[in-house]
Amino acid sequence: MRDANAKPQAESSSWTLAIRHLLERRLPLTHLLPDRQPVFVGSWVYIFGVVSIAGLIWVVGSGVLLAFFGPQWWHQSGVGRFVNSLHLWSVQVFFVSMVLHLWGQYFMAGWRDGRAKTWMVGVVIFAFSIVTAFTGFISQQNFDGQWIAVNAKDATNSAGIGSFFNVLNFGQMYGLHIVLLPMLVATLVGVHVLLVRVHGVVKPIEKTRSANPSSEESAS
Amino acid sequence: MTTDDPQARYYAGIKMIRYDLVKEFVLAFVAVSLVVVGLSGVFSSPDDPAVTIQTWATKDPVDFVTTAASELAYQSGTAQYGQPYTNTPDAAQAVGPIAPQQWAGATTPIDTAKDFVIQPLGFAAVGDPALTKALQTYSSAGADQQQTWLTNYSTAVADATVANDEVSVAAGDYGPVPDLMAGMLGLARTGALDGLLLSSGNLYQTDFTKPLLFLGDGNYLSGLAADQHLTGDQWGMMNETGQYPGQTWLWLFSFWYQIPPFNTASNTDLVVILLMIVLTTLLALVPFIPILRDIPRWIPIHRLIWRRYYRGR
Repeated sequence: MRDANAKPQAESSSWTLAIRHLLERRLPLTHLLPDRQPVFVGSWVYIFGVVSIAGLIWVVGSGVLLAFFGPQWWHQSGVGRFVNSLHLWSVQVFFVSMVLHLWGQYFMAGWRDGRAKTWMVGVVIFAFSIVTAFTGFISQQNFDGQWIAVNAKDATNSAGIGSFFNVLNFGQMYGLHIVLLPMLVATLVGVHVLLVRVHGVVKPIEKTRSANPSSEESAS
Repeated sequence: MTTDDPQARYYAGIKMIRYDLVKEFVLAFVAVSLVVVGLSGVFSSPDDPAVTIQTWATKDPVDFVTTAASELAYQSGTAQYGQPYTNTPDAAQAVGPIAPQQWAGATTPIDTAKDFVIQPLGFAAVGDPALTKALQTYSSAGADQQQTWLTNYSTAVADATVANDEVSVAAGDYGPVPDLMAGMLGLARTGALDGLLLSSGNLYQTDFTKPLLFLGDGNYLSGLAADQHLTGDQWGMMNETGQYPGQTWLWLFSFWYQIPPFNTASNTDLVVILLMIVLTTLLALVPFIPILRDIPRWIPIHRLIWRRYYRGR
């Protein structure tokens, strides 16, 4: 006969079950892929975050192709040049929409009601995206990349960063640009989106309410 | 959503509407795809070739020779840079007692005379008795004598003339320096110096620190950058070659370099970096900073963003 106490003990000590229950509680599929949203979501400002992600997909996709064929490819091939153009313009779309998203969220005070973490992760994404783009511009292996490296070394060296982040070292910049930094940005974007889905979009600002992130009710 | 659902509680009293997030994303992706492919097809992307030392020595031999002499005399920008290339006293940028440039020391040590001039000339001197003798004469001379030759040559080279691909200076006490510089110029014009500065004993090379520092010490590279509006005082950090958009998101970083007191300070780079770190931290912490977090309530842009919601209540 089965021990009646065995199952609850096994469940209470199961890390797997604990994580599953946490996910079921905090991020049910109805939150991850909701088919209903509060009526105030019908505003153009919400599109900027989605456009940023669409731009990022193009950035990563074109970047994967450029990395696959090697750093010389786009200088020597018409197809490579076109893929590089896709990379350049998708980066521009990504940044324009990300900046509009950031300013939109600022003027909506998007950090209210327990959403400060979402805001902060967003700012970190913006900062790391700038570093990622910077290493990309340095990795161009043309006059622009050459000059940016020569010019930028003074800023990085002055801050003591240059001793381990050498902008004149193409190998280091290229490696960071195509592997570590994109992985970091993509991971943080995933965390950002999950936080948005966990909490839901923030309610419109009411005249009597504070913009303090912890002073109001939270959906977390 | 059930009543024990935190989102259901949060949105209580607010009308919920059907909303297809996946469809919205797909439509946005298609629109972005059209824009990206369209812009790429119409405008392509810039690709001005990188400047080589060979190009520099060919197009502006006087600047090349002037720079090479300054490397040999330890008077160039790199020679007196400070960390991470040299341990030049008081060269590091500092804000009061804070000088992070010095913290890690000279992690990429550069001896400009040896690395940029003497060693490459050693390769060029193989089978060249005149250059071998010039190198021996220079190396066996005392430091004061070397400095006298180099000072005299550096003064004279300002009025140098170029004829038959050779840089000529007025007669003077330069010792073997003109022969050394002629050797450098010849080495550079063949393209060999580009490779010699890159070489570090390994077949595979990806570190361009030495050739880029040498190029950066001259005026040729910065002159080309100025022509393209790429220098620091031309908002260059956010510009690209030609009419293409560059890193426009660096506008605030670039902005400080355009205005006093930043653009006249000797520690501009460090001050601007520290300032941007502070500003970025403030941006991340906006939710917790009174006034900054209240501005959205005072400036009613949210009334525009949610105008249909406010009107419908």
